[in-house]
This record gives sequence, C-alpha cells and structure tokens, in this order.
Amino acid sequence: MKRFIGFIKKEFYHIFRDRRSLFILFGMPIAQILLFGFAITNEINNVDIAILDNSKDATTQEIINRISSSKYFSVQQYLERGADIESAFKKGKIKAVLNFEKDFSQKLIKEGSATVQIITDATDPNTANTISNYTSAILQKYQQELNKSITVAYQIVPQTRMVYNPELKSVFMFVPGVMTIILMLVSAMMTSISIAKEKELGTMEILLVSPLKPFLVIIGKVVPYIFLSVVNAVIIIVLSISIFKMPVQGSLFLLGAESVLFIITSLALGILISTVAATQQTAMMISLMGLMLPVILLSGFIFPISSMPVPLQLISNIIPAKWFIIILKAIMLKGVGITYIWKETLILLGMTIFFIGVSTKKYKIRLE
Amino acid sequence: MSISVQHISKSYKDVKALNNISFEVNEGELFGLIGPDGAGKTTLFRILTTLLIAEKGSATVAGFDVLDDYKSIRNHVGYMPGRFSLYQDLTVEENLNFFATIFGTTVEENYDLIKDIYVQIEPFKKRRAGKLSGGMKQKLALCCALIHKPKVLFLDEPTTGVDPVSRKEFWEMLKRLQQKGITILVSTPYMDEAALCDRIALIQGGEILQIDTPPEIVKHYPKKLYNVGADNMYKLIETLKGYEHQYSVYPFGEFVHYTDNRSDFNSKELKLYLETMNLSNISIEITKPTIEDTFMELARL
Repeated sequence: MKRFIGFIKKEFYHIFRDRRSLFILFGMPIAQILLFGFAITNEINNVDIAILDNSKDATTQEIINRISSSKYFSVQQYLERGADIESAFKKGKIKAVLNFEKDFSQKLIKEGSATVQIITDATDPNTANTISNYTSAILQKYQQELNKSITVAYQIVPQTRMVYNPELKSVFMFVPGVMTIILMLVSAMMTSISIAKEKELGTMEILLVSPLKPFLVIIGKVVPYIFLSVVNAVIIIVLSISIFKMPVQGSLFLLGAESVLFIITSLALGILISTVAATQQTAMMISLMGLMLPVILLSGFIFPISSMPVPLQLISNIIPAKWFIIILKAIMLKGVGITYIWKETLILLGMTIFFIGVSTKKYKIRLE
Repeated sequence: MSISVQHISKSYKDVKALNNISFEVNEGELFGLIGPDGAGKTTLFRILTTLLIAEKGSATVAGFDVLDDYKSIRNHVGYMPGRFSLYQDLTVEENLNFFATIFGTTVEENYDLIKDIYVQIEPFKKRRAGKLSGGMKQKLALCCALIHKPKVLFLDEPTTGVDPVSRKEFWEMLKRLQQKGITILVSTPYMDEAALCDRIALIQGGEILQIDTPPEIVKHYPKKLYNVGADNMYKLIETLKGYEHQYSVYPFGEFVHYTDNRSDFNSKELKLYLETMNLSNISIEITKPTIEDTFMELARL
C-alpha cells in the first residue's frame, strides 16, 4: 500500500509541475461551457428581414407590425421592386424577405385567400427553417384572430407545450454534451498520454524491473485523473447552474455517481489506447481522432441520432458518450431516478468492464 | 553462480541480435561486456532483466529463472538502462525517495550503500533531475538502482556520454560496490574501461568472441605489436597499408599499431621503406597489446 501511495504522490508531482497541461485541464471546461452557452446557439433573435409590400394596405401593415414587434425579427429594409430581392440577399445582412402580393387585403376579403411569399437565405439551412416556421406561426395566429367571429364547422386546434425545456434554451442541450466531451477528453487523453510518456522516456523500463505490479502502475496512473475529472465535473455543473440556470431536477447524488461511472469508462478507454500507443504524440492523435470526433458527431450531442442514416445510428450505439448524454439529460432535465435509466447505466458499466478486460489482456509485463 | 546464460538467441525480424550466447558470472564479480554499438549488449541486458524473452536458451539471475521466476528477479536486481530513465520533472531527492518506496524500502535504511555516491549529488538534491549534468545524472541513476540493495546490478553503458573525470570516478564507485558483495554486469564500448573488470566478454555481431580476465585476454594476442610514429599520420597509415608484409594497421592515439605477417620482422627494413616513401621522424618500437588490439584481432577472424 505504501508503494502505491508513493506512486500516486509521484503522479501528482507530474501533474502539478506541468503548468501548461494543468491550465488546459481546468481552463478548457470553463472556456467550452462559456463558448457553447453564449456563442453557439440554435435560437434566433433579432433576425434582419426585408419587406416587399406590393399592396400597402391595412392588412399587410398589420402583419408587418406584428412581425416587427416580435423579438425574433427586426425589419431592416422596405423593398420597392421584386428585382431588389436578389441584391438584398447578396449584401448578406438580410436573412429573409416577405413578399406580399398585389391587392392583398381585397383578395383576402373577396376571394377568401391571399398569398404572402416567405423567401429565406438557406445558406444556413437550420436558421432558414426556423425563420420560416416562426413567420408562419405569426401569420397563422393573425389568421385565427381574423376568423374569430366566423364559426368554422370543423377545426383542429393544435396545442403545443414544450416540456423539460419550455423556453427551448439550447444551453440545456449543450451542457450535457460539453460535460461529456470534457470528461472523456480529460480522462482518456490525459491517462493515455501519461502512460505513453513513461514508455517514451524509458521510465517504464525501470518500473517494469521493479517489484511494483504492472497492474498497480496502471491503477496508480488512473486514480489522480479520477480525482481531477470529478473536480472538472463539479466545475461544469456549478457553472451551468449559476450562469445558465441549468436545472438539475433529479438527484445530485445520482448525477455524481453516473459521472464517476462515465469517468471510469473513459479512463479504461485511455488505458486501452496506451496499450497500443508507444509515444505521447500517438496517444494524443488516437484520443483526438478516435474519441473526440465520434463524441461530437455521433453521440447525439449536436446532431440528433434519430435523423442519421441507419448504419450511423448503429455505430452510435457503441459510443459510450451517447449513453452518458442520455443519462445526463434524463437526470438534469427530466429529473428521473435510476429506475428510468438503469438500462443506459448497465450499458456503460458493461463497456467499462469490457475495456478494462481488453486492456488487462493487452497490457505488457515486458517490453514487447 | 550469480548469472548464468545458456545458449541464448534472439532476433528482431531479420536481424539476429544474439546468437547462441553462453557465459557465467560469479558472485561478487565485476563482469564487463565489451563491444561496439549494435553488438547485442542491450538486448542481452533486457533478457536478463526479464524485459525481453529469448527465442532460444535459458538464463538465471541470482538463482532465479528469467522466464518462470521473473517476479523474484525484479525484486533482487538493480537496473540502469543505457538511456537516462529517471523522472526529469522530479528533483534528485524525490526520484530517490520514489524508487526507495516502490522497492518497499527507505533511503535511510540503505543509506550506507549509496552514501559515497550520494554525497556528491546531495548539494543539488532540490534540483530537478532533468537539469543535472551528464555525470550527475549517472550518479543519481546509480543511486536509484542501488537503493534497494540489489544482489545483482545491471549497468548498460553507464559511462557513455560522460566526461573522462566522471567516468573514472564512476568506475571507482563500481569497485567499492563490488567489495560490498554486489555482482555487477556492466557493458561499455570503451576498451580502456574493460581493463578495470574482473573478467570480460568481448562481444560483436551478437556473438561472444572471447571470455577471460583482461590480462589473459591480452596474453592471447598472437603477434608482436609495434608502435609506429611519423610526422604525417594520414600518410603513414596509407603507406603502411600499402606495405606488402603488413598484417594489420590501426591508428592508436598518436601512433599506429602495426603487426607484420613475417616471423623474422626487422624494424630497420620497415623504417627504410617508410623513408623511401617520404615520411620523416619515423619511430618504431615494440609495444604491449591492449584489449582493443585483441578485440580488433578477434573481430578480423
């Protein structure tokens, strides 16, 4: 036991003397949370639009008023001719144009229908989609108000309610994702690099020719990073609660326990990487390419898994991050207990055991 | 018997690193493996320290088999790899304490063993190992390899890249350690260090050329050896190599070591030849062969 403690002490010396890594270790989560929370967002606010009003009557004026008074849009420009639409878009500022047809009001009253064209700049498809949805919603609402006096024989009234995230804050979606990425990165990359470092500098050679069991060397490498990762997880959660008002509906204890489980999964992955990587550089490349990309792209963090092609959906199942994100969202936003997420927990646990098993098998007690 | 090596062979892909090597090292002996780079010295060390597995043959260290009993060996040997392999970001003191701890001992417990060496680096004990000079690093590495009082000490080229004064000191330390009953297996490419060992094995291309005490090895030198000197060293070598009766010509310090292939060699005859080839200040004296001469002679065969 004394040997083991001595080894862990040495690991902490390494960690605290490498100022640059330490800065990355604790600076990265804070920077990422703030970046994702403030800058990267799916919400639209104050989108600049232009109006081409060919009829200029009371109805179109009312619609324009409603649109510009919503917080989503700000009317920047009134166009005179249809030919101006193209150039308005090309300047880049205008994201959408509303084109009212001639005699809008008259047609609406006499013929019962009038057309307004919504043209959006789809260079950013997500935003374009959101803009067109929001405008349609405003138009629809106005139409309902117009029809209030008339009783329609049959009518379907959709009543939408957004649960768990009623304000549709995208930070609620990013926090679990960022937390997953950071824990994965810190745990897997840092351990694999630190084990590869011993190999690269030749100290592994001396450690092997010592009574210290190889198994203990690995555990000794892992323990300090469990500690650091937990600190990181706490920083992320505290930041997201205090700055972004992220709710934690479920039990904090369960959240902590699941986080520790995921940290161990990532550490096991890190050990696995270190059994194949001989240098720090290789370990880093494998961690970045092999872990970061799948975590960002295939875990459902940014792109919903349900809209992926089937093969990718299948691949996403073997990515531990996917399951952890599901667990995090369930605990933080839905406030469920272990009875609802035991399946995901079990999958993570199984993966951890598998990674540890493979790395123990692959771990070398000699040099080759 | 402290180390016993029987018919060990080892290859890396197509390269044969060790070919049927056998030798034995007695308890308390200072045994040297002498050979150039790539002779297979490091491979042999790694097999004996249980880091590599030999393809053929068997070996025991301190009575333990390198394959079946590798765990016991790891408890009882000290190993200093050829490359400096301590933690560069830890101080001298922390490195020493760390290695004492993982061997389940303390610095105080075996301090008498390392005292002579440690006092020399003690003034720098708060310095990080990476910032030490080459000689200091070697002393620290030796301390770390000794801290658990090993029965057998493996030193792989401990003096490579170390200045001559430190090299001399290092060998004096080894002599003192030997007196404390530690068996030492040391490898070196420097032939002058070989004379300081009890017995040496000359090794080249993965094969042992000869094993004996340094005086015996020199005694076996088959020819009369001459120190030949002249003003123009380069021309002297070229000229001697062109001499019809030359057997071997090697530069050796400020002289050339020359052997003749005739038994009735006459130095006057050679002097005359050299003079006709426009060399001046010629000196020819008989000299005692060194281990290096023996090695070169054996390596020729």
